Amino acid sequence: MLGKIVELIRLTATELSPDILSALKAARSREASYGAAQSIYDRILANADLAKEESIPLCQDTGIPIFRVNLPEHESAQNVHNILKKAVKKATKLNYLRPNAVDTLTGKNSGNGVGIGIPQVEITRWNKDYSEIGLMLKGGGSENVGAQFSLPDEDINANRDLDGVKNCVIEAVYQAQGKACPPYFIGVGIGGDRAGSMKLAKEQFWRKLKHSHPQLRDLEEDLLVKLNQLGIGPMGVGGSTTVLSVKADYLARLPASYFVSVAFTCWAFRARFLTIRRGEYTYE
Amino acid sequence: MNEFTLPLAEETVRSLRVEDHVALSGTIITARDLAHKYLVSNDIPELTPWLKDAVIYHCGPIVKKVGSKYQIIAAGPTTSMREEPYMADLIRKYRLKGIIGKGGMGAGTLKAAQKYGCAYFQATGGVAAITAQVVREVKAVYMLEEFGVPEAIWVLRVEKFPLLVTMDVCGQSLHHIIKKRSESKRNKLLFG
Repeated sequence: MLGKIVELIRLTATELSPDILSALKAARSREASYGAAQSIYDRILANADLAKEESIPLCQDTGIPIFRVNLPEHESAQNVHNILKKAVKKATKLNYLRPNAVDTLTGKNSGNGVGIGIPQVEITRWNKDYSEIGLMLKGGGSENVGAQFSLPDEDINANRDLDGVKNCVIEAVYQAQGKACPPYFIGVGIGGDRAGSMKLAKEQFWRKLKHSHPQLRDLEEDLLVKLNQLGIGPMGVGGSTTVLSVKADYLARLPASYFVSVAFTCWAFRARFLTIRRGEYTYE
Repeated sequence: MNEFTLPLAEETVRSLRVEDHVALSGTIITARDLAHKYLVSNDIPELTPWLKDAVIYHCGPIVKKVGSKYQIIAAGPTTSMREEPYMADLIRKYRLKGIIGKGGMGAGTLKAAQKYGCAYFQATGGVAAITAQVVREVKAVYMLEEFGVPEAIWVLRVEKFPLLVTMDVCGQSLHHIIKKRSESKRNKLLFG
C-alpha cells in the first residue's frame, strides 16, 4: 500500500493529466507565432515531456499535498492517515516532493515534508465497496493570491448578487496579475461562513464537469470570457488566455453575511486519483 | 536571442530592454525569503565575493545529494514580489547586475535597478525540469543547515538559461505595462 501511494505522489508531481495538457496546447494555438506568450507555452510543453520521461517534478514547488480519501465502512481511517504521512516522507526522500513543511513558530523546515497539518488529509466514508484516494499538489504561489470578499463591496461595485460575485473574481484575477503562474484555474465559493466559503472554492478543483445548476453554469462561462479579456496572459507577459477554467458553487449563508472566496491554481494543475478495488490499484 | 556570459558588464545591462529574449551562462546565486532578510543586515564573508556584481535567482530548488556532491533536480523561479522589501538594499549593497525570478517587482526595485544598473529577467514559472537542465554544477551552498534546502543559498553554474527581460534600466516594466492595460479592462468590467 505504501509503495502504491508513493507512486500516486510520483505520478501527480511529474505527469500532467491529458486534459490539462490539451488545454495548454489549445491555449498555445491562440497566441501569435514566435511571440513571448507562445514561447512560454513551448517551454511549458517541453517541460511536461521531460518531467514525464525522467520522473522529475514538473515544478520545484510541489506545494501542499492535499489528500481526499473516500473509504468503505470497514477500512481504518487512522491506518490510511498514517500511510499517507509515511508516503509523503518517502516521496520527499526520493525527491518527488520538495521538503515543504516549515514550522511556523521556529521557522525550521522539517526536512521530511511533514508538519502540523501537512499533508492535508480529508477522509470521508462512502457506501461503495472500494476506496478512492485523490491527491492534489497545490503550489504556494497560487495559494498566496487567493482572495476573500465580504459583500457588499463598494470599491469593486459588488452587491449581493451574481453580478457582484463576478466582480469579486475579476478583481482577484486582476490583483494576481502574473504572480502565480497563469494561465490559472479558478475556484469560486459563494456564501457560507469564511472558512466554509474558501473550502468550497478550493473543492471546485476536484470537479471536472460544468455545474449542473444553469445559473452557476452561466456564471462560470461568462466569467471565463470576461477574465480572458484582462489580457494578462501566460506568466503575465500578455496574451489571450489568462484563465483556463472557472468552477463555482454555493452554500447557504446567514442573513448578515455574503462571502465570496476565490481560489487559484497555477497552470501546473496537479491532481490524480488512485482507486483500490479488491486489491487492484488503478491510477487516473 | 542574445547570449551573455556572467558577470554582466554594466554597459551590457544598460543595453537590455523590456521584451528582449536572452540566454545567460555563468554563475548565479539562489536567494529566497530567509536569505534576503538575512543578507540585508548580515554578511556571510565567504559568500560576499560571489555576490559582488552577481545575478541572483529567486528559486528554492529540489536538490539530491550524490556522495559529497549536490545535484539540482528541479529549479524553477519563485514569486519575486515577496523580496520587494529587501531588494533595493541588496542591489545597492552588492551592486547586483541582475535578478531572475517571476512575476516582476515593485517601484523600489525598479528605482534601484535604474540607479545602479540592474535588470530583471523573468524565467518561465513551473518549468522546473527543463530549467534544472541548464544548471551544470553546484559550486557551493551556504546556510543549508540553518535555512533548509529550498531557502539555502545555492551557487550554481548555468549554461544558456533562457530568460525574458521584463524590467530594464530605463525604468520600464513589462509587469506595469500589462497591469495598466488590464486595469482599464477591469474598470470597464466592474463599473461598465
